[in-house]
Amino acid sequence: MKGLMDWIEARLPFMEAMNKHVIQYPAPKNFNFWYFFGSLAMLVLVNQIVTGIWLTMNYVPSGEGAFASIEYIMRDVDYGWLLRYMHSTGASAFFVVVYLHMFRGMMYGSYQKPRELLWLFGMLIFLVLMAEAFMGYLLPWGQMSFWGAQVIISLFGAIPWIGDDLTLWIRGDYVISGATLNRFFALHVIALPLVLVVLVFLHILALHEVGSNNPEGIDIKKPKGSVPEGEKSPFKFHARYDKYDIVDAVPFHPYYTVKDIMGVAGFLILFCYVIFFAPEMGGYFLEKPNFEAANPLKTPEHIAPVWYFTSFYAILRAIPHKLMGVVGMGAAIVVLFLLPWLDRCKVKSVKYRSIWHKLNLTQFVICFIILGILGAIPATPGRTLLAQITTFGYFAFFALLWFYSKNEKCKPVPERISK
Amino acid sequence: MSNAPVDSGRRRFLTATTAVVGGAGCAFAAVPFIASWNPSAKAKAAGAPVEVDISKLEPGQLIRVDWRGQPVWVVNRTQAALDELKAVEDQLKDPASDEPQQPEFAKNQYRSLKPEILVAVGLCTHLGCSPTYLPDTFGEQVSGVKSGFFCPCHGSKFDMAGRVFQNVPAGLNLVIPPYTFVDDTTILVGVEEGAA
Repeated sequence: MKGLMDWIEARLPFMEAMNKHVIQYPAPKNFNFWYFFGSLAMLVLVNQIVTGIWLTMNYVPSGEGAFASIEYIMRDVDYGWLLRYMHSTGASAFFVVVYLHMFRGMMYGSYQKPRELLWLFGMLIFLVLMAEAFMGYLLPWGQMSFWGAQVIISLFGAIPWIGDDLTLWIRGDYVISGATLNRFFALHVIALPLVLVVLVFLHILALHEVGSNNPEGIDIKKPKGSVPEGEKSPFKFHARYDKYDIVDAVPFHPYYTVKDIMGVAGFLILFCYVIFFAPEMGGYFLEKPNFEAANPLKTPEHIAPVWYFTSFYAILRAIPHKLMGVVGMGAAIVVLFLLPWLDRCKVKSVKYRSIWHKLNLTQFVICFIILGILGAIPATPGRTLLAQITTFGYFAFFALLWFYSKNEKCKPVPERISK
Repeated sequence: MSNAPVDSGRRRFLTATTAVVGGAGCAFAAVPFIASWNPSAKAKAAGAPVEVDISKLEPGQLIRVDWRGQPVWVVNRTQAALDELKAVEDQLKDPASDEPQQPEFAKNQYRSLKPEILVAVGLCTHLGCSPTYLPDTFGEQVSGVKSGFFCPCHGSKFDMAGRVFQNVPAGLNLVIPPYTFVDDTTILVGVEEGAA
């Protein structure tokens, strides 16, 4: 066995990579609840890929066959219902864990220098994930699939000059049709998953280059020779980390592999509960009009996107101008990309930042949640006003952050996590 | 092998020109991939004109026909509905149909060939939902106006000529497709008079 391992190691540095990235990778010792969601996102990604591959085995990607093939999967294929519910619940679970993962980054300043590129890769993953979810939602070819896609593709029509030709090109027909369905299927099952996996790989590589942040926002890598021998982390880490003095760290394996398995267990309890007892989640994970086949001549009474898009959709609706609404919705995402440069404070964790930052972050979360609720229900004048106020609050978070973060009065940050 | 000294200027030139030629090649190679997303010949052929029989269309009634996969409405407007068109003009964004949302022949106060028959593409100009026809209860949306179209998606409102009201998300009037009367009771949607 040893001989075989050595033979492989001389040709492919497998154990070397395992040591560098898992077994001897130094991770801060104070990870809390919020650090579950990165590994959970990877778990859900695997779930989506595996169940997705199995669904394609019975799904028929055509305007004539799609809706019937979903019914076939649900009723006639052995365990087809389970595979489909794992996939559809997985889509919502993906956004749950990714939103919590992003919020963790915002709370603890994980986007700040030197983790800007890590944040950008994460945002790209979020963007591709939204495209992936949107295209996947067309595939059942129900009423909400059809009209939801009609609304979203029409957003591109708001672009001056080229808008109409662009939407025609995206649809491949004068309205959403089988042509649109087929290209979305190709993108959903091949192109975007490939991009997603590559981005996740880059996200993790970039993470391991700069190292994980932690709830205190205190770096575990100290300059070589600055820490007395007795205070260094007692564990053996990979040779590439020898250029620092590592403090307050534990090796990723077994400490965080075991912790993450704990998170997986908790997650799976909730995930399975939804799959088995509430796969439609009261119409929020699978919307009711989608149990009716797509009908291009009849719009459902009330069109709402799936819950994970509703915050951005509410921003679109709040602005009473077609182009500016689309611009506003796009800006809501673009501004997240810019977060590492909008926050000019040197202190990372919210624990040591000013009361203003704590209040600002709180109002941002409240606005985001209110927008999410408003985007899911029909608009009335009163609700539109509320959506406008919360849209303002959403963007105000970033504008205010830029102003106060330059000279923010923070609490003193300890030198070490454990002191 | 020659031992001539490296001419770095020449090397740079060759590298740059190779990159440019390679880039142009990639651009040309991208053409089929991008162009294949355009509507296929089959999709274009499906855009042929459709005939609509309106001999049984009652006053106030709306029928939907499928043209290029889009819902096209044909409405037999009542005299009361026609009278309302004048009254709502000051509440509209584009009462005179100045925006090119209709063929030349429909740029009149009724936006139609015959005053009572409205032919319009039933897709909201905001984000493409199909508005709901409210022949009697439109007053809940715009007080004092009996009939009109209300989009359930984002609340855009249109009058009985498909003209958009102010203070709604949609910015343009409903599209009037090209159409012509073959005879008194038959409309051909998709072609204009003289073009067929």
